[in-house]
Amino acid sequence: MIRYLEKIGNNTLWILEDLGRMGSFLVLGLGGVFKRPFRFSAMIRQVRLIGADSFWVIFFIAGFTGMVLGLQGYYTLRKFGSEGALGSAVSLSLIRELGPVLTALMVTGRAGSAMCAEIGIMRNSEQLDALECMAIDPFRYLVTPKFLATIISVPILTLFFNVVGIFGGYLAGCGLLGVNPGAYWSGMEQSVVNQDINMGIIKSFVFALVIVWVCAGRGYFVHVIRGAGFGAEGVSKVTTQAVVLSSIAILIWDYLLTAILL
Amino acid sequence: MSQVVIQFKNVVKAFGKQTILDRVNMTINSGKTTVIAGPSGQGKSVTMKLILGLLRPDSGEILVEGHDITKMRANALNEVRTKFGVLFQGSALLDSLNVFANVALPLEERTKMGSEEIRSRVLAVLAQLGLTGHEEKYPAQLSGGMRKRVGLARALMLQPEIMLFDEPTTGLDPENTLEIYKLFLETQKKFGYTSIIVSHDIPKVFNLADQVIVINRGKLSTFASPEDIQQSEIPDIQAFVQYTMGKIYLSREME
Repeated sequence: MIRYLEKIGNNTLWILEDLGRMGSFLVLGLGGVFKRPFRFSAMIRQVRLIGADSFWVIFFIAGFTGMVLGLQGYYTLRKFGSEGALGSAVSLSLIRELGPVLTALMVTGRAGSAMCAEIGIMRNSEQLDALECMAIDPFRYLVTPKFLATIISVPILTLFFNVVGIFGGYLAGCGLLGVNPGAYWSGMEQSVVNQDINMGIIKSFVFALVIVWVCAGRGYFVHVIRGAGFGAEGVSKVTTQAVVLSSIAILIWDYLLTAILL
Repeated sequence: MSQVVIQFKNVVKAFGKQTILDRVNMTINSGKTTVIAGPSGQGKSVTMKLILGLLRPDSGEILVEGHDITKMRANALNEVRTKFGVLFQGSALLDSLNVFANVALPLEERTKMGSEEIRSRVLAVLAQLGLTGHEEKYPAQLSGGMRKRVGLARALMLQPEIMLFDEPTTGLDPENTLEIYKLFLETQKKFGYTSIIVSHDIPKVFNLADQVIVINRGKLSTFASPEDIQQSEIPDIQAFVQYTMGKIYLSREME
């Protein structure tokens, strides 16, 4: 019994310690923006890695998601004789929900895992210690450019996802199934309001922060994460953990933000 | 009498229930070479991280040039760290940067030098350490000995007052080991830094030492020469000496 209580107490302490560590990581990661010299070129390089290099992945996923929505929406709406509402159904689903969530999940899988592994390997091979010993702040040098680049890239990728997805829906609905193109576009125009677009953008900002916080943070603390092990195995376990945690956190925040913003 | 640059006063450091350093005291003097030796897992690397402020002790004071670094905030600690140069065991080069960028990094980040000046300084240091022609290579393309030399070049760029060497010869063949010791002697003569060497390479590394500190079971013992270590009456130190140096060892025979 006492051993059981000890275990609960130990785990609670560890979770609190971990939350504290991650909290200070978030503050220091964002605080690096105010430290000089600001590494603008490093940030641009990260925008390319996280944002521009995700172009084709987002293009294909958005295109096919839009086409599937077009197909599913068409067969559902036809039951009620309202195929003309396809444009608003596709665009609202994408702008308010699927665009931000799917983009964030894709960026987590593609760029989040990469940044976790990169920082984790740097930690294990003493590269972060070396930066500190040279009096170079690892947050300003390494972490903050990733924070900013993710916060810039994810909302832009989300908007791109929405546009491609809406065209995908158009292709499936109007091109293949014969929905009136005029009805598709006017349905979208009439139903999508600023509030919907704002909701999508707010979500994408929050998701971006979640991705970079969780993925970069887990990599940064790879050496102290309980049960992760050491060396390459430690990095691989922590990277998996970061992707899972980040994906779950994105879906939880999606629910919370939808409940707050609706 | 040389000036004290680093001093430990009753330093305690434990990880969980394991006490690594138990109320230890030590003094390192300016311009001298101190070798820190001891069996594995006894706290050599922890001592080094404490000196650099990468770890904080549970209690006690660590004075660097008279200032207690254990109570310093990040900015003040960064100022103190500018006095240090470190050669890590695995060299710790940034593997996404080439040799030139690695060596230029401290100058780019810590000084306001222009790119031309940085270039000429980096090329000069690389030439001194026999690395000319390797500027564009990445750490993964270098041998262990060359990586150490690049690490040494990077550590020396800001002309540190105190150099820390963490296992500088581990993983190197005898030829490269001698090369590193030669470079150590040359650079110390040129830059006049205080050096702290954490090493397993016993007894060879003792040739470089002005004093030797042996860490064992949380305690530090300071000796002025290898002979003093051999004559120690502490049973753990005697066992360590037998294991690492054999029964008979005189430093003059190694000269």
